[in-house]
Amino acid sequence: MQEMLNTEQETLLEIEDLHVEFRTSDGVANVLNGVGYNVRSGETLAILGESGSGKSVTAQTIMGILDMPPAVVTAGSIRFHGEELLTASANRRTEIRGDGIAMIFQDALSALNPVFTVGFQIEEQLRVRRGMTRREARQRAIELLDLVRIPAAKTRVKDYPHQFSGGMRQRAMIAMSLALDPELLIADEPTTALDVTVQVQIMELLAEIQAERHMGLILITHDLAVVAEVADRIAVMYAGRIVEQAEVAELFRAPGHPYTEALMNSIPRLDLKGQTLKTITGLPPSLLNIPPGCPFHPRCERAVDRCETERPEQHNIGFGRVSACHFAEEVVARA
Amino acid sequence: MGRYVLRRLLQLIPVFIGSTFLIYALVWALPGDPFSGKCGQRACPQAYVDMMTAKYNLDDSLPVQYFKYLGKLFSGDFGETFSGNSIGEMMANAAPITIRLAVIAVVIEAIIGIGAGILTGLRGKGFLDNLVLLSTLFLISLPVFVTGIVLQLLLAGEWGIINPSVSSEATVGELIVPGFVLGSLSMAYIARLTRASISENRRADFVRTAIAKGQPNRRVVGVHLLRASVIPVITFLGTDLGALMGGAIVTEGVFNINGLGGLVFRGIQEKDGATVTGIVVLLVIVYLLMSLVVDLLYAVLDPRIRYD
Amino acid sequence: MTDPNIAADLSHVGEVAPVTDPANGPHKPRSLWGDAWRQLRRKPLFLLSVFIILVVVVIAIAPGLFSSRAADFSDLNHANESPSADAWFGYDNQGYDVYARTIYGARASLLVGIFATLLTVLIGSIVGIIAGYYGRWIDSVLSRFGDIFAGLPFVLGAIVILTTFNPPDSHPGEVRIIAQVVGSISVLTWPVAMRIMRSATLVAKQLDYVKAARGLGASTSRIIFRHLLPNTIAPVLVYATIALGAAIGAEATLAYLGIGIRSPVVSWGVEISDARDYFQNVPHMLLFPAGFVTITVLAFVMLGDAVRQALDPKAR
Repeated sequence: MQEMLNTEQETLLEIEDLHVEFRTSDGVANVLNGVGYNVRSGETLAILGESGSGKSVTAQTIMGILDMPPAVVTAGSIRFHGEELLTASANRRTEIRGDGIAMIFQDALSALNPVFTVGFQIEEQLRVRRGMTRREARQRAIELLDLVRIPAAKTRVKDYPHQFSGGMRQRAMIAMSLALDPELLIADEPTTALDVTVQVQIMELLAEIQAERHMGLILITHDLAVVAEVADRIAVMYAGRIVEQAEVAELFRAPGHPYTEALMNSIPRLDLKGQTLKTITGLPPSLLNIPPGCPFHPRCERAVDRCETERPEQHNIGFGRVSACHFAEEVVARA
Repeated sequence: MGRYVLRRLLQLIPVFIGSTFLIYALVWALPGDPFSGKCGQRACPQAYVDMMTAKYNLDDSLPVQYFKYLGKLFSGDFGETFSGNSIGEMMANAAPITIRLAVIAVVIEAIIGIGAGILTGLRGKGFLDNLVLLSTLFLISLPVFVTGIVLQLLLAGEWGIINPSVSSEATVGELIVPGFVLGSLSMAYIARLTRASISENRRADFVRTAIAKGQPNRRVVGVHLLRASVIPVITFLGTDLGALMGGAIVTEGVFNINGLGGLVFRGIQEKDGATVTGIVVLLVIVYLLMSLVVDLLYAVLDPRIRYD
Repeated sequence: MTDPNIAADLSHVGEVAPVTDPANGPHKPRSLWGDAWRQLRRKPLFLLSVFIILVVVVIAIAPGLFSSRAADFSDLNHANESPSADAWFGYDNQGYDVYARTIYGARASLLVGIFATLLTVLIGSIVGIIAGYYGRWIDSVLSRFGDIFAGLPFVLGAIVILTTFNPPDSHPGEVRIIAQVVGSISVLTWPVAMRIMRSATLVAKQLDYVKAARGLGASTSRIIFRHLLPNTIAPVLVYATIALGAAIGAEATLAYLGIGIRSPVVSWGVEISDARDYFQNVPHMLLFPAGFVTITVLAFVMLGDAVRQALDPKAR
């Protein structure tokens, strides 16, 4: 159990230079090309990116639930409390799942087993991994459902996933993930499949839980609005790389990468009514065939020859920010 | 759930009436003399004709005949053969043997079929997988009587491991090989079905969640994957039990088993229409009841169906 | 295969909709059928099954090419002889050359299979499309009607039908008995084809462009033929292939029981039936025709299975 008053921020997770490939019949896809970030306890790190950017794959690699083959981790390190996960034994990784690091998914209806009650799925964590008796587990399950504010928890605990509404189901999944009191929670697009009003409720719930337990939270999303409300820091991903990391306020005030800049500019704004919507031209590169140099250069307004040949590395641009662009400082200054 | 059961029962009734009426009409009501060919080589003795006409109301119109026949059935009267034996009694003696045979067949096909399916479903492509795929294709293609005859020739004729015919007590031990033969086709189908179900669910989101929760592998497979994958298999096994009882006739013929199949066989040889009708009607009832049970079972196994 | 009804279980295809491939850049859009053909061409099982079927068809069309002796050739001096250079499959108890009979028997067996399947698929498809398209009470009535026939176990139903029309010891004419066997098989298995067609129709009815066509006021026949049929053909085709094999197996089984095709017609089933009382001592009399039946059924089942896999978009 976490001590409630421990507000010291220790580093929970460190990812360093992670490279993952998918070997398919069409070729080798470079899904992750040098991903690195850290998460501390009590902190919310948002991973922002479009589909295919590698944000979910990173999370799955942390949890060790990637299909291997066809996926292969070719380089890099993932350390939890300093312990290297990629070389840890299968048993150790299983141990850490749910207990040290837990994960919730986008679609609770398909993520929960349709033939078992919600109560069963929460209780099995407690019975199998904590040795609780049936009665104790049932009691605790009801408490957890209460915690995530599912009304009539005592009766709902015997219901099946398909009997819940979308928002309630997501809450149930959150309750399940908290059963073993994990230190770090990874939420993979937890609100994407929900109505806007329900989204807000779920995000508030997550924020509350995190604060109470001083958990680390990795929030994977493609929605800038969600990020702005909830995150402490943001890491922006593109084509399997982190292109920028910064604290939320800083990022919104002055993006430090052309991609982030373009994302912000593409948000429709009511005060600019009547003007053309700005979009980012082009498509993300095919991961089977990533061009050399900067992966964003075909779509970037600032691109010059150098961008085509020389891959920009993440470098510090002050205030604890990093960016992977040759012209990061200019982008920041422009804001 | 109750409504679901009721609906299924209601659907069953017209089907039952339709099937049994069809059989009845075919046997007893074709234009011409209903007794032609029903009493062996000779013409039926007049006494028999009179008795049967009275008993089966053959002077009445077809629908009336049929309903009176149904009425008799429900009071357990299946009529008599032309030599005066109670058909009901003969069936009561033969039925347990056929039931035993069908149950053994289902057990064998479940164990081997599901086992092979789980192994190959989990492992994926490889030697075992190809072996199972090819052998199931082969088993599916073999007509049951060929399987029966070949096994009989080999096991009884060549190697002398079993007797070519089953004795009249038809013990469980004797029925193992016939049971295997009877279930061979279904066994192959079950292996494929289980394999497909497991291999499809293996990549399902809820399996991924179970792993992400840190559940031990044996539980992920043994509890989560299995429970969700067996639904189609178990429902198939249920209907198969009903179907096998009707299909056992060939196997019983090959191995000389005195079950219902054997009775039907003899009924044909001796041109005894009443016996044939009686048994077929009984088996139709069994089949329909089994499919009702299976539907209920399906609702029990898959909670999503219950609240339809 | 004794029971044609299992052919349905084997022919489950994934949701069938024409697939094009936009996200892969400069490839041409690939249709489901083109894709399937490309895949099939390379599979050894497919090629093998097609080869076997072609051989059987040729045997059926031109038996004279394969056997110098006619089916009714008989030499009692050689009765019950084992296979030899003179008679590859040996002689049966009546002195017939088993090889010759097997070659000449292919035609009847194949014809029964083809006609039975055609009839089953025809009846089943028509009823199935109507039930699926119109839905509601028409669907209910037609489905119950199908259930009535489906409730009869195949072998028993066939026994009742065939013995009713042909009391044992009668000798029906060639055409009559073949027609009856074909008819019995069809009557007892059409509900299966109906269900397949019906569920494929129900799926196809939900496709957006079908709804669009209805919204635009397209006539019923246009919708059925232009829109529904192309989408429902795949599962029915797979089923028909496997069912053909099953029908051949069924013919053999019915003949074995003594109620199917009988002398003087020669079919594999007839040979098996004739061998029934003698095979313990003269096994080759039964094993060769049984082997031909099995291999032919196997070829059709393999073919159907290969086609099913190729057409299943899920199995990519």
